[in-house]
Amino acid sequence: MVEQAEIRVVHQGGSNITFREPAISSDSRFLLCASGHNVKVFSTVTEECVQELRGHTDLVTGVLLRPSNHLQAYSCSADGTVRLWDFTDGILIKTYVIGYPICSIYASASHDGVIFIESVSLYSDKYGNRNSLLAVHLPQTAGQLVETSDLSAVLSDVSANPATVAFGRAGEYVASTNGVQLQIFFFKKQKFSLKENSCSGRRNTFTCVACHPTDDCIATGHEDGKIRLWRNFDQKREYTYRTLHWHHSTVRALCFTPEGSNLLSGGVESVLVQWRYQQESQQDFLPRLGAAITHIAVSPDGALFCTSHSDNKIVLIQSCVKVSSIIQGLVKGEAVQTDLMVDPRSKALVLNGKPGHLQFYSLQRDRLLFNLDVVQQEFIHQEGLDQFQVVMATLDGAGAWLATVEERKQETVEAELNLKLWAFDEPSQSFVLNTTVSTPHEVRITAVTFDPAARGQTSLLVSCGRDGLFKAWRLAPPAHPDDGGPSWTCDFVSGYHGLTPQRCCFSADGSLLAVGFQEVVTVWSPASWELLLTLSQPPGIIRDLCFGRLSCSKFLLGTTSSDQLCCWNLLTCSLEWSTSMEVSLLLADPLSDNMAAFCHQDGNTDLFVFKPSEPRPLFSQKAVCSGRVSRAVFAPREVALESCEESSQWLNRSQLYFLTICIPVFSPPSQLVVDDSVAMTPFQLLLGKRRPHHQAAVEDPAVRPRLTDVSLLLQLLQSPAHVLPAAAALCSVFMEALLGVATETSDPEEEEEEDSDQEMETRATRPERGLLETDSADPVLSRAQVRELRRVRKLDHSWFSSLLDS
Amino acid sequence: MIQMGEFKVHRVRFFDYMPSAIRSMAFNSHTERLAVARADGAVEIFNFADNYFQEKVIAGRDGRSIEALCWVGRRLFSAGLEGEITEYDLENLRPRYSIEAYGGPIWTISSNSQGTLLAAGCEDGTVKMFEILEDRIQFQTNLSRQKGRIISLSWHPSGAQIAAGMMDMIKIFDSETGQATHRLLVDRGVGTSKSREVVVWSVAFLNDHTIISGDSAGKVQIWDGLTGTLISTHLVTKWDVLVLAISQDESSVIAGTSEGTVVQFQFLPSTVGQQDKFWVQTRTFKNHSHDVRALVHTDTAVVSGGMDTQLVVRPLLDKVEKNTQESALHKIAFPHRNLVSCAKKAGLLLFQFPDHLELWRLGESDRNGTPGESLPVKRKPEKLIQLKIKGEDHICCSALSPCGSWLAYATVAAVRLYRLQLSSSNVSIQKVSKLPRELKSVHQLCFSSDSCRLFASSSFSSVVVVALDQTDCKYLHTLKHKSGSKQPIHILSPSEDGQWLATANTDCEIHVFNLRKMKLHCSVPAYSSCPTAVSIHPTSGNLVSVHADQQIFEFSLKQKEYSVWSRQLQRQGLHPLWLQRDTPVTQITFNPNNPAHIMLHDVFMFCIIDQSLPLPEAKSKFYNQRILRSLPEPQRLRESHAFKACKNFQHLLSVNLLEDLSLVVVERPLVDIVCQLPAPVRQKLFAT
Repeated sequence: MVEQAEIRVVHQGGSNITFREPAISSDSRFLLCASGHNVKVFSTVTEECVQELRGHTDLVTGVLLRPSNHLQAYSCSADGTVRLWDFTDGILIKTYVIGYPICSIYASASHDGVIFIESVSLYSDKYGNRNSLLAVHLPQTAGQLVETSDLSAVLSDVSANPATVAFGRAGEYVASTNGVQLQIFFFKKQKFSLKENSCSGRRNTFTCVACHPTDDCIATGHEDGKIRLWRNFDQKREYTYRTLHWHHSTVRALCFTPEGSNLLSGGVESVLVQWRYQQESQQDFLPRLGAAITHIAVSPDGALFCTSHSDNKIVLIQSCVKVSSIIQGLVKGEAVQTDLMVDPRSKALVLNGKPGHLQFYSLQRDRLLFNLDVVQQEFIHQEGLDQFQVVMATLDGAGAWLATVEERKQETVEAELNLKLWAFDEPSQSFVLNTTVSTPHEVRITAVTFDPAARGQTSLLVSCGRDGLFKAWRLAPPAHPDDGGPSWTCDFVSGYHGLTPQRCCFSADGSLLAVGFQEVVTVWSPASWELLLTLSQPPGIIRDLCFGRLSCSKFLLGTTSSDQLCCWNLLTCSLEWSTSMEVSLLLADPLSDNMAAFCHQDGNTDLFVFKPSEPRPLFSQKAVCSGRVSRAVFAPREVALESCEESSQWLNRSQLYFLTICIPVFSPPSQLVVDDSVAMTPFQLLLGKRRPHHQAAVEDPAVRPRLTDVSLLLQLLQSPAHVLPAAAALCSVFMEALLGVATETSDPEEEEEEDSDQEMETRATRPERGLLETDSADPVLSRAQVRELRRVRKLDHSWFSSLLDS
Repeated sequence: MIQMGEFKVHRVRFFDYMPSAIRSMAFNSHTERLAVARADGAVEIFNFADNYFQEKVIAGRDGRSIEALCWVGRRLFSAGLEGEITEYDLENLRPRYSIEAYGGPIWTISSNSQGTLLAAGCEDGTVKMFEILEDRIQFQTNLSRQKGRIISLSWHPSGAQIAAGMMDMIKIFDSETGQATHRLLVDRGVGTSKSREVVVWSVAFLNDHTIISGDSAGKVQIWDGLTGTLISTHLVTKWDVLVLAISQDESSVIAGTSEGTVVQFQFLPSTVGQQDKFWVQTRTFKNHSHDVRALVHTDTAVVSGGMDTQLVVRPLLDKVEKNTQESALHKIAFPHRNLVSCAKKAGLLLFQFPDHLELWRLGESDRNGTPGESLPVKRKPEKLIQLKIKGEDHICCSALSPCGSWLAYATVAAVRLYRLQLSSSNVSIQKVSKLPRELKSVHQLCFSSDSCRLFASSSFSSVVVVALDQTDCKYLHTLKHKSGSKQPIHILSPSEDGQWLATANTDCEIHVFNLRKMKLHCSVPAYSSCPTAVSIHPTSGNLVSVHADQQIFEFSLKQKEYSVWSRQLQRQGLHPLWLQRDTPVTQITFNPNNPAHIMLHDVFMFCIIDQSLPLPEAKSKFYNQRILRSLPEPQRLRESHAFKACKNFQHLLSVNLLEDLSLVVVERPLVDIVCQLPAPVRQKLFAT
């Protein structure tokens, strides 16, 4: 019963669902895709995630339907295992331990009991490590955990990109491309045929390959946008090919439809091209898919196509004419340029997403709510073009105003800048453009911030620019009554000795404005625009500035480029304390007086939470994550917790979210090569996990039995029917719950209940441990019931936890 | 003018040579000869067994337009819009006879595989059958007359059926009864071209009764000739598919389009090892900027020609060994013979056009300059005479005497000789009216170096020698050799001292005549490749010959054997880069100042062979002139080898050394030819 309080980082969501080609179930109802360490099962109709297959301990690198059983799916992972799932019920059937990190997985119907995996070569030759394609004979032994030892190499020197391997004509041969070489291996004859450096030339590297299901025809995509259809490739010299050219840059994905009547291709143009097989001069196009196509998959009946896009989106297309649904993950552009923000109204996370857009992303549901088109210009899908990008955005305290900065960098001309102010429109429940200021500063803008205290009409915006000025903008009534509503105009311009302002920050009540001019911090009064005081500190350019909140509002904190964290007392105008630490990110919790600092050290990031008034940090954790934390935000909780544990108290009112950018790892010999430069950027959550044991007193069953019953009922009734287990399995437990057979409640379930914000977790050990405890601590249930319970629990434990509570 | 090393160079670019478009081609796979018909009515014969050498040229005629060529055995037939079928005399380079078909313009002719019948498709909708006799052809029968013209014809290999492409349809005739057995309707194009009739430009009838057609709607269609049903349609271009060609084994078909592309179709099994095959569109070749009007599918290559006047030989890389001479792309843009004659003493140039001659006087400069410097011209080059020929026949050869006072040209019908009188201010030209009767059927003309004799090659490889006087000319002798070859002489080369005359014919023979004794002196041992240039050294009396396979021989006329240098060259072998050039050497001249120097040129380079220097090793750098210049003197001597190539001048038509030791270089840049071509069909370019 007694559990140590523990604060853990939990992968919250936003993982890349387009990392590998998705799989569509044979009845076209479900879509399986690798998402971080899990496999997600989406409904193709409702776009909802209906199942999450958890178990892998590393990045999932491939999902595949089992050819011999269409209700089962394989997944492979960099943790060196292949797992077989019943994906409709979310049950892990078998785990095959391979022992090497796996890049991708293939199977074909004619090779029963064999799967093909791509792994770093076991036999490294003089050229160093190369990937090779291995055939794995899956042992037919009982038991969940199976060791596999029967590996045989099929092809060596395989490209790390899984799109470059394809099985042709029911698994008769396998085609693989690497660089400018195409290899075809016939299983029957056990020989290579065409091993051809066929394309000597400038930009005709192979990028992807697809095989026709019935004919001997291999389609290859090339870097220069050409598609070649190879035929007669069992001949040494008399092979031949046809070239199709529509794409203007690299062909990223190719796929034949199951009957082989069409070939689908896609690339950066964001157009799905459908070529008629044998009539290739006739093409059909599905344009405006939004972002570059990275994978194409077709359902086994050929009716449903699905395209994965570089903006973390999966589009489902019905018979190449109609987009039927869109599954959108967290949009990750090249970089998160805006800060993370929380929209006070929708409680959604706001950051830049699609090019020229701001995305509103629901943290609770791990879904994109909507995109706000900021730039309002057509995005041209071509590489190497300079186009407008949203580089800064800020929301005011009430969520009534949004300010965005967009810029276009051009090498010859100075950057084009626009400052846009958006008002929240109640009827349409979205932001409406109010004012556009073109070139608000001569050079690039370094910071924009709203006065947090001001409300509505009196709102104040401050922007700092590289031109050495900071400007205050205020909402002003129009000069002529005919001009429409009020708009934003410049209210005040100032600088400080020609230095460049880098940061600006309002105090919580809006009475002070701190602007960091390189090495000098100036504090201004927004009411009178007087320079109140200047603060300077040991040399170093100011990186971050933050006012303390609530009880610590007399403090101003700043970090400098010389790795100093300074705290000034504004009452005495002196440095209260300073400490030497390399703080990469400093932020204040708006609802408490706590501050969080992320420090980057030796490739890991440490987290410190402290009160400016207290010398000892409230909480510190070394190596919260690897890599640098680029952005973080405190998101207010909907319901405040009442934790008394000292180290987790700071999380009572809000949660801390942060975003890391993993630097692509250069693989050590035994590791998987991350093939794309698109690294996993896990979006993670820090959360007080364990509840102190004396909280159990509060959780008196007598206090809240009816409440849990209601919530159970609601949850049962609200769950979609297809995610619920069979009624027979449910019935007895359900009835027990209704009868109010209150048994002793085991603690782990409480913690599950506390996770009602649907947070997702990655540790596979936790549910298992919880399970064991359930077994021991629940004497009332019979053994059969326990077994049944266990099965039910695997399906959906969030509602089940409340069930046990009752 | 340019100063280049020791020579002053006249860089002549005022020869507006314009080849005419290729209209039709026929390939004889037994003799490996390709016949090419051009828009001006000329027919050229290329020898594919001998480095694509242009062996023979039959001059055209005004108003003759050849639409189709056809080999029957070794006989060549042509037909055109003037409505006649012509057979050529390939030994005398002239049409042998023409027969009127009485069916209006003839669009196509085709012979059956047995070589007994020739079918001609006429404007009036008839297919006329001619029987091929020993020495002529004779009209035999008409197939049943159709409405609309017959554009294309193809015999079934058995000879029992013939397919005819017409407007909007293809008809299959029984060649015995002459009745149409099937009518295949061809779809019109979509959109605006829906109202226009579709022209079936080309059909091919395969042994398995498959018919392949190419039409003006841009389609290549595959039909079943037994049932008359359409098997498949391949839309190849937005414009016209103008011509089709089949490979010998009927496993590959190529189609030429108006966009300048050649599209290949192959007969392939759908899966490996299966028997049932189908036609699949495979590769696309783009070597032309304009319409591809003529196509030939040889066993190893695709040969195409069209509006852009170039003949392109594109080897099929699956049929030839990679990275060899055979796998290289050949583009033949210039003739393999001289169209320029130069009066060395007078500084005059004669340019030969199909229907006129131009006589130019070279410019002058009195300055000397540093190498590479262009010199100011004191007197500009000047066109003295433009001589328009009389009659319809085009010029087949022309010559200008070294002293610049005689000018001669020949057509198929006649030879004309003119006496020129040039002074600084006025030019007079006078036709020599009385010519000896022996000057008939001339293929090549040449003046002796002292300008008092005219040599003319005539039939049966004989040479007619005519003595020229102040006013008249007199027949002297006919030089004959005894080898029995009837092939025409294509090179005449008299020696500087007037003692020797070397002749070369397309049977690869080189004969040397003694002009003093007027009899055959010797014959150079036969070599398998045709000589492309022959010349006799002025001092040593050695005969230098260069052949189509780029070999060089030096033959001593005194000893009647190959010289020591030549034998050493054969022993050591020529440099690979020399052998890889794809244009033949067309002229050899000698430097009187330096007897060891042999100057020769092809289209892309000009080379001086210094016989006193060591021959280049196979691994040494061949084109080393630029490097040599940067080396210090002793090293330069060590590095230099006999072949001094100069690539400063491109697209050379002629290089001559004048008596004042200045070089005349006649260039015709390919871009100038290309920009005179009509505009190609409009094609959408990406991002325009």
